[in-house]
Amino acid sequence: MRDVAIVAAGQRQQAAFTDETEVQILLPIFEQVRNDTGLEQSDIGFTCSGSSDFLAGSAFSFVGTLEGVGAYPPICESHVEMDGAWALYEAWVKLQIGEIDTALVYSYGKSSPGSLRDVLSTQLDPYYLAPLWPDAFALGALQARMMLEQDIVSRDRLTEIAVRSRDHASSSPHAVRKGDATTDFVEASPVIADPLRADDCAAGADGGCVIILAAGDIAKNVCDRPAWIRGIEHRTDAHSLAGRDLLSAQSAALAANAAGVGDDKIDIAELHGPFTHQEHLLETALGITDETIVNPSGGALAGHTMMAAGLMRIAEAATRVSAGAGDRAVAHATSGPWLQQNLVCVMEGD
Amino acid sequence: MNEERLRADLVLEYPFTRTTGPVIGAFMTGLREGIIIGIRRADGTVVVPPLEYDPTSADPLTELVTVGQAGVVESWTWVDPPREQSPWQQPHGLALIHLDGADTPLLHGVLVNSADAMSTGMRVVAKFRAEREGHISDIEGFVPEESVQ
Repeated sequence: MRDVAIVAAGQRQQAAFTDETEVQILLPIFEQVRNDTGLEQSDIGFTCSGSSDFLAGSAFSFVGTLEGVGAYPPICESHVEMDGAWALYEAWVKLQIGEIDTALVYSYGKSSPGSLRDVLSTQLDPYYLAPLWPDAFALGALQARMMLEQDIVSRDRLTEIAVRSRDHASSSPHAVRKGDATTDFVEASPVIADPLRADDCAAGADGGCVIILAAGDIAKNVCDRPAWIRGIEHRTDAHSLAGRDLLSAQSAALAANAAGVGDDKIDIAELHGPFTHQEHLLETALGITDETIVNPSGGALAGHTMMAAGLMRIAEAATRVSAGAGDRAVAHATSGPWLQQNLVCVMEGD
Repeated sequence: MNEERLRADLVLEYPFTRTTGPVIGAFMTGLREGIIIGIRRADGTVVVPPLEYDPTSADPLTELVTVGQAGVVESWTWVDPPREQSPWQQPHGLALIHLDGADTPLLHGVLVNSADAMSTGMRVVAKFRAEREGHISDIEGFVPEESVQ
């Protein structure tokens, strides 16, 4: 495997970027990662983005943000209609093939103008599910109740996870929901989709995330301590409810195994769990133990930017590895109802 | 800075139609006739609503079977307020329902007055609309079986 690392990462996230377009959200982050590395767009071999035209409400909306990158003279680029974590995967594959030595990856989402929990209904089976408009919180609640009643997780554990998110988020500049990290406060959180309380569901956010990848000596030249990608895999479960076991995150476990998560001690894990009970499922699927700090950023619960929450997990983990906060980290991204599709990325510092 | 968000209506449309095919179409036709149809997998279990392909092995599935109209709630939540575009105008239950003769859950609404009337393990039965058109909402929702006996 070719040595490929994350050499710079930046993000912006807040509850709503009411007065900024997606391009305006991203511009300062492009500038930051270029300043961090000294790389210009002309030094980038491949640019890959992730976003949702459906969320933006217009076809080929991502072309607008390419203007923010600077697409003239013409650049080599691609786009996935997925979380940016999968854009990073595409760029990583191109780096492995050896076609390029550097890549710029970014993704973004601005869901605050609409009701994301309802918009997400439209990704479901169009015949049996979508016409009933089961919203994302309701679907999460069906899984949570099943887990609680079958003793897969306890109510106290869900509270612990919510408190942990608020606690860790307190020191995170990008977190939207932070502070009040007490059991009493979380237990008083209103039930919004029985049995889920508001604090069991990720806090909605707008934002963007940008990462620069580089191979070999270039990585060493532009970054003091690159976060080397030692394993990255993604797997998916069935689209149909009939093919799903809601009591486990099977495809996350498969991806984690294929990425080599369990091969050595994990210092830091950044997990993309849109609900407390899903964070629990992911910890189980990835084999996370007490020796790992889970979601030091507060995780997706503290701020969930649709299409970027997964790439943000990779950015958070990579930034901590580069800063020396840990030697080996795992980041995870998810997509689809009930953790349908999962990507796992293992990073190490030298 | 303007305190009011700018607003503009946006209507997303898919201006095309497609056929539902031999399996999903059979289910929809069944609903129009007031019955619920599933499909048998190679291991004998029955998938409801039916799929053209086995969700695990991807083998084609062809053996349609009629299943019961009543079943057991496997999990549930309470939807209040009802979602704007859903078929329901009142707060309602939303449940995974294991129909008699089926081996996978069907997601649908449960028509009761409050969350207090919902519980895992409760038996419910489909309530069909009088006028049906071959659509998942031909089932108005499920009601507690005891309420119709």
